[in-house]
Amino acid sequence: MAKVPLTFTLNDAEIGVFVVPGSNLLDVLRRGAGDLTPKEGCAQGACGACTVLIDGVPHLSCLTLAEMAEGRRISTTGGLAVGPELHPLQTAFMEGFAAQCGFCTAGMLMSAKALLDQTPNPTRDQVIEAISGNLCRCTGYEPIVDAILTAAAKMQGRTA
Amino acid sequence: MSLSVETYPTLREASQAIGDRARYIGGGTLLMRAVNYGDQSFDRIVISREIDRTIRNEGQGVRIGAGATMADVLASRDAGFLHPVARVIGGPAVRNMGTVGGNLFAAAPFGDFATALLALDATVQMADGQNQPMESFLSGRDRARGLVVAVTVPRVSEREFRFAKISRVKPKGASMMAIALWLRGSGRIDEARIAFGTMGPTPLRAKAAEQALRGRDLTEPGIAAALAVCCDGLQPADDPLATAWYRRAVAPVHLKRLLLETR
Amino acid sequence: MTTVEFRKDLFADERDDTLHEIGKPTIRQDILGHVTGRTPYFDDHLFDGLLHMRAVRSPHHHARIRNIDTSRAAVMPGVRRVVTARDVPVNLNTLLSLINFGRDDEPLCAHDKVRFLGETVAWIIADTERQARDAVAQVRVDYDPLPHVLDVEEALKPGAPLVNEVYPNNTFDYHGKYDHQKLRFGDVNAAFARADHIVEAEYQMSPIEQAPIETCGAIAAPEQNGRYVCHTNTQALFFSLGTTAKLLDMASSRLHFIGGTSGGGFGGKVDSIVEPTAVLGAVLTGRPVRFTWDRYEEMQVGAPRGGERWRIKDGVMADGSIIAREFTGFFDSGAYMRLSPYAIIKAAGHLPGPYSIPNIAANVFCVVTNRTPATAMRGFGITAADFAIECHMDRVSEVTGVDPIALRLKNAYRDGDMKAHRRVAKNTALIECCQVAAGKAGWPLSADLAAMTSLGGGQGDRALIPETATDEEGRIGERRAGRAPDTAPSKRPTGRVAAGQAGQAVVAVPVQNEDMQIEVDRIGHAIAASHGAPVASPAPTYARQAIAPQRTGADIVPPRPAAPPQAAPVAASRAAPPAYAPPSQQAAPSAYAPPPAAPTPPASPQAAPPAEKPYQPDRPFSRGVRKPGTSPFLSGTRRR
Ligand SMILES: Cc1cc2nc3c(=O)[nH]c(=O)nc-3n(C[C@H](O)[C@H](O)[C@H](O)COP(=O)(O)OP(=O)(O)OC[C@H]3O[C@@H](n4cnc5c(N)ncnc54)[C@H](O)[C@@H]3O)c2cc1C
Ligand code: FES
Ligand code: FES
Repeated sequence: MAKVPLTFTLNDAEIGVFVVPGSNLLDVLRRGAGDLTPKEGCAQGACGACTVLIDGVPHLSCLTLAEMAEGRRISTTGGLAVGPELHPLQTAFMEGFAAQCGFCTAGMLMSAKALLDQTPNPTRDQVIEAISGNLCRCTGYEPIVDAILTAAAKMQGRTA
Repeated sequence: MSLSVETYPTLREASQAIGDRARYIGGGTLLMRAVNYGDQSFDRIVISREIDRTIRNEGQGVRIGAGATMADVLASRDAGFLHPVARVIGGPAVRNMGTVGGNLFAAAPFGDFATALLALDATVQMADGQNQPMESFLSGRDRARGLVVAVTVPRVSEREFRFAKISRVKPKGASMMAIALWLRGSGRIDEARIAFGTMGPTPLRAKAAEQALRGRDLTEPGIAAALAVCCDGLQPADDPLATAWYRRAVAPVHLKRLLLETR
Repeated sequence: MTTVEFRKDLFADERDDTLHEIGKPTIRQDILGHVTGRTPYFDDHLFDGLLHMRAVRSPHHHARIRNIDTSRAAVMPGVRRVVTARDVPVNLNTLLSLINFGRDDEPLCAHDKVRFLGETVAWIIADTERQARDAVAQVRVDYDPLPHVLDVEEALKPGAPLVNEVYPNNTFDYHGKYDHQKLRFGDVNAAFARADHIVEAEYQMSPIEQAPIETCGAIAAPEQNGRYVCHTNTQALFFSLGTTAKLLDMASSRLHFIGGTSGGGFGGKVDSIVEPTAVLGAVLTGRPVRFTWDRYEEMQVGAPRGGERWRIKDGVMADGSIIAREFTGFFDSGAYMRLSPYAIIKAAGHLPGPYSIPNIAANVFCVVTNRTPATAMRGFGITAADFAIECHMDRVSEVTGVDPIALRLKNAYRDGDMKAHRRVAKNTALIECCQVAAGKAGWPLSADLAAMTSLGGGQGDRALIPETATDEEGRIGERRAGRAPDTAPSKRPTGRVAAGQAGQAVVAVPVQNEDMQIEVDRIGHAIAASHGAPVASPAPTYARQAIAPQRTGADIVPPRPAAPPQAAPVAASRAAPPAYAPPSQQAAPSAYAPPPAAPTPPASPQAAPPAEKPYQPDRPFSRGVRKPGTSPFLSGTRRR
């Protein structure tokens, strides 16, 4: 079982790892690159806890064949904060009680970030659609939707 | 069986590599799930560096490269009539990854796009140059291990094509049932094609209902005969989303709603 | 934003209203970790040389294991160890054995037979998860499939397959005596006989998976000095530690459990299966071992909230007062007991819901079937019973024509009422809840209903324990021998317990500490000395079966009037509450219409009789799904 080399950019850092052929990107990020922020909830695309951005677009890392990430730009929740400065989404999730157990949070944040990057002023329905691939068993979603809207407003210099 | 991954520069070469224990990977949303869960039926994954994601008008139809994702379909003006279908497949990440080619192979409860293509009588273009109508492609898809390079869909108006996905979780649940209709004729129906998804191992046509619609108009009495026979030839199964009995019971209800939908 | 409204006007004098946290937004102490992705869940601990463990699982609901051939798996690439039942030092346990409850009935790894689909029969430990999965696929198990039973009532029939030899009657044995948990309060049969209406119906709740986003899992690794560290997402750390120590026959001081962070649990992470498994793997390999359920396992093997079936029979007067309520309840425990027998004791204590009903009887069964073992989930023992009770209240409302909220208000318990489990109701608030809900919904309430309060109207007769009819039906083993055909509470009571006496108190577990003893002045009546008797003074005298009634309780709870015991003291005074007029003629025309002769459940499916049907064992839900033309007892005709 010869491992194969793989290089990609992870939150602006160049990463080179050796991977077992057939590995999924989630495993490579967590065990190979040591970024433990994406989580595995199902390994079948159903929960969204493993959501990362590949070239800015949400992907399920559990269903991404590692070899197909070669040379791509990957962003995770690990890269959301700039130094000690939290991203407005993170602050809004914190203040709005948008996480309880926290297991879905990293994936939620990535889906939310992709939305706000594209659509800075989303409607509530757009937010719901954007996180529709992310399951949360704890919160009932409402605080999450609220937090994303709050963050959007804050980033636009408004109050929600 | 440890897995190996083979990368080929062109679709043609990739098509020659796939076979009994080797699978081509499109977006991987279904294939990687099988990998993650230890599927023992294959041990080689085939990647092609060349991917056809183009969507363009071609003659009377629209040609969609098999590598086009649902997001690509949604970004294409030419494929506008297919937006209602692509929009309801999975969540955003699944749409960014899942391809049209992969959807042709998706077993129930998936295959919403393939259901629409069946109703629209699309043509499947294989890497060996052969063309196959959707219907015969679907009935033979478990045997054929060829590579699909594109599908060609007749361009239809939004009035002629109707699609409904019935799911329990909105906005992203899997289909309890999907229905696609291609209705031609003004006032009266001259020609109808009806395809049901998740009502059998592959999307299936409701041919008796198609027949019963011919020459009728879209009124309650006009469609009654079609509703009565709409499950003929379908083979729904019990799954966690619904029982076969329930699916049969509600199929006419959903078909009726879709047929009488005012637009 | 969701807002919470605090109705501080209600019960204002019952609390010190200087709350510093409640009612104010607060930021979770662990949330910075969550939003930055740094919260360390069990799987976020990296180990060099981590091995992966996967289970070989039964494809049958019930089968004898003839042989397990692991020879091919053992030589697969990357395989470090094949583990079977022989490797588990003490391969029999019950979860609540840590508190001395129940009998050891469950192996960590099946060896003689499998009792549910997905039960573990072996494990593989390999370098990668994929290698472990590949090797699992190469284990050959020779099964001899056995008849199985997936329905609780089918499992109670004399000829039903015996699921678990430790419980040879397919039921948990309560208090060493009965095959069900009994609750008796007053005399339901006498009350049914004089009720204006009998309302009967059946309710069923399917099993519910807790479905946390993080599946159950643990990583165990050798530490120094013969100790093992275990990172786990258990909801019950010391429970899991104790269980691991027992199964692996290890001093608990050798186990270093680290947990407390889990990606959701909701009750599904108390069963302590992944922890002993991972530690076993680490012991056998001397390496760090990760054992995690995938999503399929979480759904199929992870214990759900068990399915429950409840039949309720109410005796109701025309004005809506419920004078008797009878329950027959069935908990589907699945193949092993785990927490279900305890949930039933909890359920029995909860009956008849938040209502004051002077005559109550309940038989609640904890049934062993070939389904996935059930366990805790949010309010288990209560949820399905409440679902049934509240549906039933609406049915009673339909039958009597009494407005559904008025019906609830009328029967709601109030402070000071004696509950069926012989504790005085305190801090009741159903009346206020209903009033506020009615207000929010714009539901009209009459002036006297709007003026009701939980604080008044209880006590008095409502605080008394009525004379109680008892029976000895359903002794352990009778049912299987065909001598206890009925599951409902007895129609022919054989004993009486005098008013004011609690009868034989049954407690689940002897208390471990004196400070856990029930205080007599909290309950205010005599209970049995046999077990669980209060040690706190003054020790009440226990009067069994109508020896001269000793009103010990009266000495302890001053407000109770010293009324002499009567045949049916409570019902008499409740027959015609003054301030309530029956709303319409929908109710029985005369107050004393003879009760309907043969009460039929409102939604009785008069479908085809349960004729011989092909047995379709893979459809455990069938019974609840009434398909035209099929028997409602689809999973019933069994075997051949
Ligand atoms: C959470 C989730 C939700 C989903 N929801 C939906 C839904 O709502 N509706 C729906 O229809 N589907 C749904 N799917 C299924 C799936 O994502 C889609 O069907 C998708 O279109 C599959 O495409 P893919 O490229 O990912 O397929 P892949 O996983 O890459 O491939 C699937 C199969 O097709 C074969 N294949 C792929 N491309 C070709 C080709 N060009 N030629 C020959 N063989 C090929 C592969 O070998 C493989 O056997 C969902 C999946 C997930 C995980
Ligand atoms: S782990 Fe990838 S979607 Fe659940
Ligand atoms: S916070 Fe627990 S799953 Fe979302």
